[in-house]
Amino acid sequence: MNLLGVKAIYNFEMKRFFRTLFQSIASPVISTSLYFIVFGSAIASRMGEIDGVSYGAFIVPGLVMLSILTESVSNGSFGIYMPRFSGTIYEILSAPISSFEIVLGYVGAAATKSVAIGSIILITARVFVEYRIEHPIWMLIFLFLTSITFSLMGFIIGLWADGFEKLQVVPLLIITPLTFLGGSFYSIEMLPPLWQKVTLFNPVLYLVSGFRWSFYGISDVNIFTSLIMTLVFLFLGLVIVALIFKTGYKIRQ
Amino acid sequence: MQSNNEEIIQIKDLTKIYQDGLPALCNINLSIKKGEIFALLGPNGAGKSTLINIICGIVRPSAGEVYIGTSEIRKDYRMARSAIGLVPQELVTDMFERVIDTVNFSRGLFGKPQDPARTQKVLQDLSLWDKKDAKIITLSGGMKRRVMMAKALIHDPKILFLDEPTAGVDVNLRRDMWDMVRELQKTGVTIILTTHYIEEAQEMADRIGIINQGKLILVEEKNELMKKLGKKKLVLNLRTPLTKDISDLPLESSPDQLQLTYTYVMGNEEGISHIMRHLDERGIDYKDIRTEESSLEDIFVGIVGTKL
Repeated sequence: MNLLGVKAIYNFEMKRFFRTLFQSIASPVISTSLYFIVFGSAIASRMGEIDGVSYGAFIVPGLVMLSILTESVSNGSFGIYMPRFSGTIYEILSAPISSFEIVLGYVGAAATKSVAIGSIILITARVFVEYRIEHPIWMLIFLFLTSITFSLMGFIIGLWADGFEKLQVVPLLIITPLTFLGGSFYSIEMLPPLWQKVTLFNPVLYLVSGFRWSFYGISDVNIFTSLIMTLVFLFLGLVIVALIFKTGYKIRQ
Repeated sequence: MQSNNEEIIQIKDLTKIYQDGLPALCNINLSIKKGEIFALLGPNGAGKSTLINIICGIVRPSAGEVYIGTSEIRKDYRMARSAIGLVPQELVTDMFERVIDTVNFSRGLFGKPQDPARTQKVLQDLSLWDKKDAKIITLSGGMKRRVMMAKALIHDPKILFLDEPTAGVDVNLRRDMWDMVRELQKTGVTIILTTHYIEEAQEMADRIGIINQGKLILVEEKNELMKKLGKKKLVLNLRTPLTKDISDLPLESSPDQLQLTYTYVMGNEEGISHIMRHLDERGIDYKDIRTEESSLEDIFVGIVGTKL
């Protein structure tokens, strides 16, 4: 196991995060504040409580999820896409490092950034609303699993993309709509019955629901269903990455 | 030459056909000796980079095996790759990184603990030490190439691949690069370089492999190659136009009868004194004498049938 190699990749990726520390922190803080101003203050007063939780507090887990999903995908994809784009990937490919170790370095760094940003958002949210975390361990499990899973998805996108626009397409056309429609800002019970059924096909629903349960003990779907679905996504990501490296798709001709 | 005939790389029946059906390498068999400088010479698109990239693990072979020492490049890739440093053809760097960081990154990537003394030595040897804190984007092209060499050397490889090391490099830098490569050879590093400059192969290499259209046409000691295929010419400029009969001597005369040329194979020079004696005896006086060697380029044209 080439742990020093993993560390080299991980540190290299984290350095980019720290080099742009201001953007890295400022953008989630600003966007979270905006959401709280718009949803929390302007709309919450007319929404009332959902299952005994004020609307402002209700959207906290959803907001964290929204940021984690987009940040994970964008960090995960950017990290591996840049060396492919610039050509510096030659060094990674010619190094005595396994595919698994490469993934560990890149995805590990992307997931670390996501967890950091998730934490920053939680702290920022505290300024606007009082929220509680009933099951902190579960909260961390979901936070980490989701960050890893979606950083892995991002990594796959970064391998697949052959242009900057493709890097943007998936987060913009798939992740963001799924997150908005996956109950980040509402309980699916508020939807008409048909749309409740449709939403069950949205993978993000399970992540948001599980995550929200760890805060308030309320959820749209069973907590174990959430956990199993999250693990299934993680497993799927791992299988796809393994296949990519096995076939050499777009990495090794 | 420092070679002790121990083989450090063995390539067996190596074939590469790209996914689009393009055959890049056909049945390459080649052994590289420890400590030598081996030049792979061939026109653009001949398969030089493909061969290097397969050995370094960037491209997958379609068939065949490559051994680095006793390690096969796929079965035992960690051992194999640990022994190799690669400087690719294109100048690709992380532009916003500092020189010292990118070099240390390479060492880590190859699984070696950081060693500030080693980093300093490598950077000093490549005249990069005073630029260690500079961002790569601020460096000149020649310096960027040296940064790439530092990255390739920082993990102490036994074998160094230089893919077109002097492409687009001016004459002075080219000389510098050649000196650096010779210095490296002295430290025991085996060097394989690709080039389409015949001059470079002629200048640097102990052995030369000529590759064209994916086939290794010929592998030969450089000196042997020159001897076998290199023709030499002795050119005599006469004081007065030739009037005497010299048809018994192997000489060609120029139309104005002022120049005589003797063509012979390198390493077979005994004919010269014979000719000179006869010219003296017949009172043919000359004012200038020179010899010309055929270049590798001439040799290559003879083998491949096209110019590089």
